[in-house]
Amino acid sequence: MTVTSPPHTSTGQAGPDAATRLGLYRQMVLIRTFEEALLRDYHADKSPVWDIGAGLIPGEMHLSAGQEPVAAGVCAHLTADDAVTATHRPHHLAIAHGMDLRRLAAEIFGRETGLGRGRGGHMHLFDPGTHFSCSGIIAEGYPPALGQAFAFSRRGTDRIAVAVTGEGAANQGAFHETLNLAALWKLPVVFVVEDNDWGISVPRSASTSVPSNAVRAAAYGMPGERVEDNAVEAVWEVAARAVQRARTGGGPSLIEVHTLRLWGHFEGDAQGYRTDLEGIADRDPITTYEATLRADGVLDDAAVTAARTDALAAVDDAIAFARSSPIPDPAQATAYVFTEEVPA
Amino acid sequence: MTAIDTPAPATTRRLTTAKAMAEGIALEMAANPEVFYLGEDVGAYGGIFGSTGGLLEQFGPQRVMDTPISESAFIGLAIGAATEGMRPIAELMFVDFMGVCLDQIYNHMAKIHFESGGNVKVPMVLTTAVGGGYSDAAQHSQCLWGVFAHLPGMKVVVPSTPYDAKGLMISAIRDDNPVVYMFHKGVMGLPWMAKNPRATDVVPEEAYEVPIGRARTARPGTDCTIVTISLSVHHATDVADRLAADGVADVEVIDLRSLVPLDREAIWESVSRTGRLVVVDEDYRSFGMSGEVVATITDRDPTVLRRPVQRVAVPDVPIPYAHGLEHAILPNTDRIEAAVRAVVGA
Repeated sequence: MTVTSPPHTSTGQAGPDAATRLGLYRQMVLIRTFEEALLRDYHADKSPVWDIGAGLIPGEMHLSAGQEPVAAGVCAHLTADDAVTATHRPHHLAIAHGMDLRRLAAEIFGRETGLGRGRGGHMHLFDPGTHFSCSGIIAEGYPPALGQAFAFSRRGTDRIAVAVTGEGAANQGAFHETLNLAALWKLPVVFVVEDNDWGISVPRSASTSVPSNAVRAAAYGMPGERVEDNAVEAVWEVAARAVQRARTGGGPSLIEVHTLRLWGHFEGDAQGYRTDLEGIADRDPITTYEATLRADGVLDDAAVTAARTDALAAVDDAIAFARSSPIPDPAQATAYVFTEEVPA
Repeated sequence: MTAIDTPAPATTRRLTTAKAMAEGIALEMAANPEVFYLGEDVGAYGGIFGSTGGLLEQFGPQRVMDTPISESAFIGLAIGAATEGMRPIAELMFVDFMGVCLDQIYNHMAKIHFESGGNVKVPMVLTTAVGGGYSDAAQHSQCLWGVFAHLPGMKVVVPSTPYDAKGLMISAIRDDNPVVYMFHKGVMGLPWMAKNPRATDVVPEEAYEVPIGRARTARPGTDCTIVTISLSVHHATDVADRLAADGVADVEVIDLRSLVPLDREAIWESVSRTGRLVVVDEDYRSFGMSGEVVATITDRDPTVLRRPVQRVAVPDVPIPYAHGLEHAILPNTDRIEAAVRAVVGA
C-alpha cells in the first residue's frame, strides 16, 4: 500500500463539519486542561528536594501534551462499545474515549474511588465501561486488542478495537506479530502509531529503518497511511477510513501520526537531549487549530472561553473528587490478586 | 485438608491422560460457546502432545484455531477476548517458549485483575507442555512451574493422572481467574514416548471438577512423606511400593496437583504425622517449589521434623542432551529411593 498524505485542507469535502470541528477543538482543550491540572498538582509537593515517589501524585508521570490531535481525531469515530488500548502515556486517549474524569483522576491520585482502586496507577487504566485499557510495556498493548476485536467479531457486532502505541514500539516483536495475525484473521482493528520523534531520548532516526512506519503495513497486506503534520482534521479523515473499513469487515489498517511531545518523556525530564525545542510553542496543535477555526469562522472569543470554562469546570470537579476520596487501606494491599481470597 | 476424592468410578473405561484432557476441553466447549482453543498445531495435528485430539473434527476451525508462531500475539488475543467475557484456552507448545511471550503472561494476563481493582476479569487457561526425560535437551525439557507460581496472579495446576487431567481442566476453564495448566509429556500416555502405566486409567465419561488447590494422597503411609507433583508422583509411588514390599518403610505420597493455590494444610497434616519429608521436584532446585514446601513446615513448627529434609530436584544446571547425563539430573527412582532411605535411616 502506498503512503499517502491525505488532503487536509480545513474545508476539504471529506472533512468534518463545523459541529464536529468544534467538538474536536473542545476535546483537545479538555485533555490539555486535565493534564495542566495534573502538572500543577504533581509538582506542587515535590520541592524543595525532588522525590519522584513523594506527594499527592507519586511515581512516573507521562503526560501527552501535543499529542491531543491523535486522541481527538481517532476517538471521534468511536463509541464506548469500541475498545481502545493505549500506552504508558494514556490520558489523552482515555479522555477522548469518554472515560469518567473523576475515576480517572482518582486513580492517578491513588485513591480507592479510582478505576483500579489505586492499584493500577496512571500507566494501568482499565475501564470496562469504555473497554479501555493500557500497558506500560512498549508494544505489549497491541496483542490484547486482537482479542477484543475477536470477541466483537465473533458476537456478530460491528464494534472495533483501536490499538495505539508509539513509534518506538514499531520495532518490537509484539507489534509485528500482532499486525500479521490481525491481517491474517481479518480482525476489526485500527492500529495507530503516535510518532512523537522521541523514544525517551533516542530520536526516531536512530531507532527506525524506514522513514514512515506506515510503509510497514504493506508487509502485512493492510493499508497504511501517515499523517505528517499533527493536524487533528487530517487524523480525523484518515481514521474515518480505517474505522469504516474495520466496521464493515474489511480488516485492519495502520495509521501513523507524526505528532509532537510538547513536554518531557516524564515529568522531571530535563530534556537536555532535545534538539527540536526551539519554537516548539508555535507548533502547539491546539493553538494552531484554534487559529484555523477562528479564521474559518467556526470559533470566536465566546466559544473559546466556553471551551476553556467548561473544561476547567469538569477538571476541577474531577480533581476535587480525587483529592477528597479515601486513600486505600494498607491492610487491603494484597486484595484483588484473584477474584476470590486465595491464601498465600 | 488432603482429599482422597477420586470417587468410585461408575465406568471401567480407561483413557490416557492426553485423551482425558481433550475430553475435558470438549465437554466445556460443547456446554459453553464462549470457550475456544488456539495455539500452534492444535488443529489437524491435535496438539503435539495430544492435548487437542479430535477437537477440530468436533468443533471446526472457528473454535479450534491453529495460529502463526507468534506467541505474544495469540496469548494476547486470548487475554483480550477473556477481558470481553470469552473463555479462551491458549496453548504454549513447550513451557520453555515462555521467553518469547512472558510479558503477555505475567505483566498482562496475571496482573489485569489486580491493576483494575477487581473490575476486569481474565478467565482464560494457558496450557503448556513441560518436562524431560527423552533427550529433548536444554530448551525443550524444563518444568519451570516454579516461575509461574512465583509470579502473582496466576493459578498453576499440574495434573499427574488421567482423572485429574480432565477434572482440573474443567475446573480451570470454569475458573474466573487465569489458570496455567501444565501437562508433563511423560504422563500423557503418548505412543511415541516411554510411559508410566498410570498414564492410562479409568476416567468417568461425564463432566466433573477436581478442585484447584487441593492436594491428593496418591499413596497413604506412616513413616515418611514424599511431597511431589506431575510425573514425579508416579516415580515416587513406584519407590514407595518397592520400599513397602521390601519392608523398608511405609511411605506416603502427596500429589500437590496445584502450586497456586498451594495446599499447605495437606503438606502440614502429612508431615506433622510422619515427621519425615522428602520433596521431589522436576524443576530446578534453588528458589523453587522444593524450598517452598519445606518452608511450609518450618514456618509453622520445624520441631515436627525428626530428620533433616531431603530435596530431590534438578540441580541448578540446564537439562543435558545425552541420555545418561539427563537421567543423572532428573529426579528418577534411584535418587528418590536414596532420599527416602536417608530420612528414614535405612
